Amino acid sequence: MSLLGNFDIAGSALSAQSIRLNTVASNLANAETVSSTAEGTYRARQPEFETVFNDSLHNRQNMGVRVRQVLESTAAPTQQYHPEHPMADDKGYIYLPNVNAIEEMANMMSASRSYQSNVEVMNTSKQLLMRTLSLGQ
Amino acid sequence: MVINLDNVFGIHTQALTLYAQRSSVLAANIANADTPNYKARDIDFKGILSSAAEKQSSASKMAATQPGHIGFSSTSAKVERFYRQPDQPSLDGNTVEMQKEQAAFTDNTMRYMATLRFITGKVQGMMLALKGE
Repeated sequence: MSLLGNFDIAGSALSAQSIRLNTVASNLANAETVSSTAEGTYRARQPEFETVFNDSLHNRQNMGVRVRQVLESTAAPTQQYHPEHPMADDKGYIYLPNVNAIEEMANMMSASRSYQSNVEVMNTSKQLLMRTLSLGQ
Repeated sequence: MVINLDNVFGIHTQALTLYAQRSSVLAANIANADTPNYKARDIDFKGILSSAAEKQSSASKMAATQPGHIGFSSTSAKVERFYRQPDQPSLDGNTVEMQKEQAAFTDNTMRYMATLRFITGKVQGMMLALKGE
């Protein structure tokens, strides 16, 4: 029954979206993490999604989603001149992560909307299955 | 009068299977709404159902006369999927339009429920006839 497959599809999307929410949380939490070197600075992370093809079922019909990898942003960290800062290097600079808080908030809202849509798909599929089970009564 | 129990539900059983398959395709679209380069797909419901109806009504049905014959079931009609044409293609190559997919999913759900209702009606009618109360 392909309605049961909906749970696999929506479930895979839920876990992918929750990883995305996780990276947003990590980025926002580390948005103000100061470092003394450019290399040691926290870099914003973004998950990369890809489609999963399930060949065993109905010639590539059952398609979920998964996180292929979590990429680190290559943008340069922000350099600030703060000679009085305890983490400042020899020249008096500190380094702040390349996290864009507004971008992260937008990303978070998009992820939570997608999560909700997939929960809705699961709920609807469940209702349909329950109705089908009580067929003829 | 002879009632053929195979044909009690008519086209509704095939329609039900097809609606379930379509819900899977739409669920995959919704799940992949944020996947780069994913192309949204759908199935040609009308085409498949009309061909199934044709098969059911045609007199030239293939008959399985020997035990080795494989039955020609119209439920196994090949499900053709096509790619959607997006109204607003996005930069990452994804063609899923969430509002469209949600509307299609709800529409499909209502149709599935309606078909279930028809089948329930048939069952109830049959029960009434059998009881004869």
